[in-house]
This record gives sequence, C-alpha cells and structure tokens, in this order.
Amino acid sequence: MSAAIEVFDLRKKYGEHEAVAGISLSIEQGEIYAILGPNGAGKTTTVEILEGYRDRDGGTVSVLGSDPGALGVHASAWRNRIGIVLQSTSDAAELTVAETVHHFSHYYTKPKNPDAVIELVGLSDKRDAKIRTLSGGQRRRLDVALGIIGAPEILFLDEPTTGFDPEARRAFWELILSLKAEGTTIVLTTHYLDEAEALADRVAVINAGKIVEIATPATLGGRNLAKATISWHEDGRTVTQISANPTNDVLELARRFNGDIPELTVTRPSLEDIYLTMIEGQE
Amino acid sequence: MNTLTIGLQRGKIELKQFLRQKESVVFTLFFPLLLLVIFGSVFTQSIAPGVKLSQYFISGMVASGLINSGFQQLAINIPTERDNGALKRLRGTPMSPISFFIGKTLLVFLTMLIQVFVLLLFGALFFHIQIPHSGALWLRFTWLIILGSACSTILGVALAGVIKSGRGAPAVVTPIVLVLQFSSGVFFQYSSLPHWMQQGAAIFPLKWLTQGMRSVFLPNSFATQEVAHSWELGRIAIVLGAWLIVGTFLASRSFKWSRQ
Repeated sequence: MSAAIEVFDLRKKYGEHEAVAGISLSIEQGEIYAILGPNGAGKTTTVEILEGYRDRDGGTVSVLGSDPGALGVHASAWRNRIGIVLQSTSDAAELTVAETVHHFSHYYTKPKNPDAVIELVGLSDKRDAKIRTLSGGQRRRLDVALGIIGAPEILFLDEPTTGFDPEARRAFWELILSLKAEGTTIVLTTHYLDEAEALADRVAVINAGKIVEIATPATLGGRNLAKATISWHEDGRTVTQISANPTNDVLELARRFNGDIPELTVTRPSLEDIYLTMIEGQE
Repeated sequence: MNTLTIGLQRGKIELKQFLRQKESVVFTLFFPLLLLVIFGSVFTQSIAPGVKLSQYFISGMVASGLINSGFQQLAINIPTERDNGALKRLRGTPMSPISFFIGKTLLVFLTMLIQVFVLLLFGALFFHIQIPHSGALWLRFTWLIILGSACSTILGVALAGVIKSGRGAPAVVTPIVLVLQFSSGVFFQYSSLPHWMQQGAAIFPLKWLTQGMRSVFLPNSFATQEVAHSWELGRIAIVLGAWLIVGTFLASRSFKWSRQ
C-alpha cells in the first residue's frame, strides 16, 4: 500500500489567526480516514486545501501525487480522479435528480452509470423529483451521488450525515463501506463519534490547528488500556467499581452472588468520552 | 467529452433552470412587455410623417433587453450560485471554466433572443412598430446584438465578482441599470437630456447601444437629429469593443467560485 495523501507541516493563516498550525498526516490508499475536531479546529480548512479549493501558507501537500495548490494545466485530469461532497449546498433546485446526476457524469472521463449511482444512494423513487422538493437527507444523498459519479480514487466527505435519521445513517454507512470495498480512499470529517467508530480505519483528532493524536478508533487516547467501570445492584443501591481487570472482578462477583449479578454493566470509556477528554485537555 | 460539448450541455442545463423559475421568466419577458404597453400607449405622437415616438422607444427597449439578459441577469445569477454552493461544486469537478462560461453565454444569448423576439412581435402587432426591412439593416442589427450582448455578459460577470451576496445583488444591479436607462436615451430622448447627463451616459455602453439600435429602427434621415448629427456606427463599435476588453480584464480579476 502507498499513500494517497501526504501532508507535512501544513500551515494556513487568516489574518493573525493561525487556523492550521503545522499538520502532518499520511492517508493510505483504500483506507477510511476520519478527521475529528471541534468547530473552528481547522478541519474544513485542512480538507479544503487537500481538495484544491484553498491556498496554503506553508508545508507540503501531495494528493494522488500532485500538489493541489499548484495544479496548473493538470487541474482537470486531477479533479477527474477525486470526488468531493461539500457541506450544505442548495444549488440546482429546479433540476431533477436524474438530470443532475446524468449531467455531472459528462464531466468525467470514466463515470459510473448514472442510473446505477441513483439506485446506489437510494434515490430511485425520486429520480424525476425536482431537487428543491427533496428532504435534507435525500439532498445529502444526492450530494454523495454527485461526489462518486466520476468513480473517484479519493472521496472527500465533509460532515456527510448531518440531519440524517438513524436509519438513513446506517444505510449511508453501508454505502461508504461498499465504496471502500471497491478500493476508494475516503477522507471523512464528522462531528459524530459513532460514525468515526463505525467507519474509520484511522482517526486524526485536530484541535486549534494541530494534531492531537492519530490512532485507530479502538486505541485512540489509550482507550484499549483504559480501566473499565463495573456496576451492579446490592443491598438496595447501585455499587460502582473501577477495574483494571474486569473479567476477573466479574468472575469473583459471580462467585459471591452465586450466579446472577443483579443489573451488571461493564463499560469502557466510549470514543466520545476519550475525545472530549482530549479536546478539554487542549484548552 | 470535450470543453465545447460540455459547454453546450451547460447551456442546456442553464436554460432549463431559467425556464423553470417562474419569477425570472416573468421578470425577463413580461416586464419589458409591460413597459412596451405603457410607453407604447403614451408615445403615440408622431415625430415625423409616418414615424411614431414608440419607434424611438423600441430602440431603447431592445438595447435594454441586451442589458437585462446579460448584465442584470448574470450579476444576480452568479452571486446567487456562489451563495448556494453551485459554483464551488462545479469547481471541484474536472469541468473546464471555459465550458461554464460557454453555458452562461448561451443562457444570456437565448434569453436575449426570446426577449427581443417577443418585444418586436408585440410591437409590430399592437403598436405599429416597423421592423427593419433591408438586409443591410438586419446585418447591422446582428452585429450590434452580438457585440452588445458580449459586452453586457462580460460586464455582468465582472460586477458579479464584487457583489457580496445573491440576496443583495438586485439592490446593487437594479439602480445601476435604471440610472443608465434614464440617462442613455431609453425612456427619454437622448438629445433632449441635459448636457452633463449626456456626457455621463456616453462613458457607458448602453448609450451607444441605444444609439446603434436607433440607426436600425428609425429612418436614416433621423441621423441628423443625433447629438453628433450622425449614427456614429464606427465609434459605437469602438466603445463597445473597448468595454468588452476592459470587462474581460475586470471579470478575470473579480470572478470567485466560492465565498471565502
């Protein structure tokens, strides 16, 4: 495997404010890479530099072997290989789903079949509906359809499931995993930690323009090594115990209760707990 | 597909979007018609044997049509598309910016043709407007329309670049167009305007375009009533050409794909 995206010491200032203050990361081909961070952490700026929308002030960037800040005459060929799903758009309101997806397929040299893509994102029922009549979640799925119509090698997803109901999010995750199965590299920014946990091979947490940590969702912030919390019901109250070795402790409890432990729960810190600790520690 | 084919596709998509927005269709097609009805009913006096004042007025209306479909339409449409993310999305695709501008040009050109056609048709049917009758006049009409539209389009793109939001765009564009119309001889006879106003309007293309249209719709003998006692066709071409060059330079500097 080789890197689809290489970033070294990326920097970007808006006036005096350093939005991106030396970010380095490497994204492998075919992996789903989530970028997490609070609002204003520099996520969108970073991703927009990778997408070729923004100039940078320092550092080196390589996306599919090209510098997105210096594409020149290669811009079209490079954009032919990437797909972008932007945050909230409201364009093309008067066109239908099918018209829009078919039209965008003309921009690419080897597009996917537009009708198959409409099917894939679950908009077959809405193919002849005007875009302005779509719900927020349907609109977002159309955005994804337009992002993948060119069969991109890298797909950038900026907060793709904002406003989805739980069922739509599950369906969307399936879609993303199927793109990964085809070998697409996916760069995902999200506010939802369960989304990062369900999809990402690796997670980069960004705060105040810097990388806090890069790890797999299971090991972020030493989560795999963190102590578990055991709680159960005894003598009319809930008892809680922090445990470094929960399996042993539960076995011991089972012996003491001679079988069933009332209202037993064993929890490890969620990705969200870990994430919040990391972000607070920074501030 | 190549740049030109995609440009034609863009034109198709642009026109579809235009025709499906009832407000823009009404504004573009019926507003000039409404003006034609009002002014055509007021300007019934003859300015020469067999020539009604409405014949003078239609020249200005056709010239205004080129400004509406190009300058006014794009200076509102482009900032709106910048606000709603359409331009940013396109920027992220392999589509060439040239294809994008071919699409916009087609949109302007087709809406302009519809507008001019409707004006002339209603003018001829209900207000005794005389349509150009010689091949030479049609040829002149054609180059004025092409050069005028090109100028209007590129200046619309240039202005769109400095307008901050789509919502605020009409408030910027409409007064500019109205002031130009009043001072360029669209609603009033140019030769009867105060000297300073004539001088001011002569800097901008609409005055010249209106004058050119008068040379198409009025008898040749009316040339002597112009301020310069001539249609000044050569000068019209030079002024419009100069604005086209200046506009291209300004547009290439000001155009933005997204709000930063």
